[in-house]
Amino acid sequence: MHGARFILAAATLSVGLLAATGQMFGGGQAFAAGEAAATGQVVPPQDVKIKDNAVMASLTGKPGDVAAGRKYFVDKKLGNCLACHADKDLSKQLFHGNVGPTLDNVASRWKPEQLRAILVNAKAVFGPQTVMPGFYSLEVGKNVRKDLVGKTILSADQVEGIVAYLSTLK
Amino acid sequence: MLNTKTMIAALCAGAVVSCVTLQMTKADPVTDELVIDGKKMITHAKPPEGHPLDVVRSGWLYREPDTRSLEADSFENPGMLFVSKGEQIWNKVEGTAGKSCASCHHDAAKSMKGVGAKYPVWDAKTKRPIDVELQIDKCRVEQMGAPAYKFDDGNQRALTTYIKYQSLGMPVHVDLSKGDMKAWWQKGKDVYYTRFGQLNLSCASCHEENNGKHIRADHLSQGNVNGFPTYRLNTTGMVSVQNRFRGCIRDTRAEIPKAFSDELMALELYVTWRGTGLSVETPAVRQ
Repeated sequence: MHGARFILAAATLSVGLLAATGQMFGGGQAFAAGEAAATGQVVPPQDVKIKDNAVMASLTGKPGDVAAGRKYFVDKKLGNCLACHADKDLSKQLFHGNVGPTLDNVASRWKPEQLRAILVNAKAVFGPQTVMPGFYSLEVGKNVRKDLVGKTILSADQVEGIVAYLSTLK
Repeated sequence: MLNTKTMIAALCAGAVVSCVTLQMTKADPVTDELVIDGKKMITHAKPPEGHPLDVVRSGWLYREPDTRSLEADSFENPGMLFVSKGEQIWNKVEGTAGKSCASCHHDAAKSMKGVGAKYPVWDAKTKRPIDVELQIDKCRVEQMGAPAYKFDDGNQRALTTYIKYQSLGMPVHVDLSKGDMKAWWQKGKDVYYTRFGQLNLSCASCHEENNGKHIRADHLSQGNVNGFPTYRLNTTGMVSVQNRFRGCIRDTRAEIPKAFSDELMALELYVTWRGTGLSVETPAVRQ
């Protein structure tokens, strides 16, 4: 069972991270998105299950693209992550916010499946008072702009890209 | 006096604004004193009962040194141009009754002193709180035979700025004892803590829980409205309080409530109350 999990997850996660966190599959997390991972389908936001503060499998069934993820992370219309978080890797960008914690070494603090859960819906991990938006969640605020109803801030692919990028910050 | 002063200010304003540089500090709000025309402003106040914060702080304390000094010098403050424009509107006859504001209210320095510190007030006729903008409209329609201003009309902003400026330095205090003001205060509080939009943020998310921190280059203040209408350097004009609320809600990716809607009037009452005790700083200068 433990071995099967490792293989399935290994296909979906960045290899570098696995090497550093060989023990990360303890804790009995279920593969909420496991089927999609196997078939390569995108998991729609309403079907993503966060268990034990983690989303084990890639939302796209594929590993994210680190370089693209770095761009989504910065893009003010997408992740806009520097609005609230500092990141030394992007020190050429001016004005990093400090509403949230710094993301320097974030991959040493969180496993990729935990980063994925935080990105998908931080409130499911940190509690309802959390300020951080859910980037792949339909649990949103009141009176959402009409053209955005039923839509998430990021696509599954963009979330995976950012997870992959963050996983390089050790 | 004012006219000469503001004319020179007009000449200087462009140069001053272009000199403002973005500076980034992660420091707490400053503890400087704000003195305008020899008048010491109250920038720290003891919160009223039921207020969630320990100290009520003016947004001026959160701004960069250049922005702070612009507001502190009424000779350089570009918002003073709009005070001057408002003075002209005050004296201008409009409408079928052949009256100006001055026809009834005479010298604004006397008749309007204190107005900017106590609004929104209860309006018995419409059974809701009204702010200075709506009071102006009430006068225009009922007394002057002139049409109400379109929201954020340049004249509405200038006249509101002029009227509020007459209370410069006076502590904000809204009277919640009249009519249904307490119920409206509660409604405003509910709005304040409501998460809006796709980004799922409330006023409190930034201005209560995270004031003093930065969102990118923006040093989050407590969001007090004692300086409105406010001169904003990034849009080089006066920004009304209802416009600011709409902008914040827009930024959460929510549908934007109408100006002066029940939702936003309640919010204006509640947020004004949160700034109780701070000096009216109109026209404040912000980035």
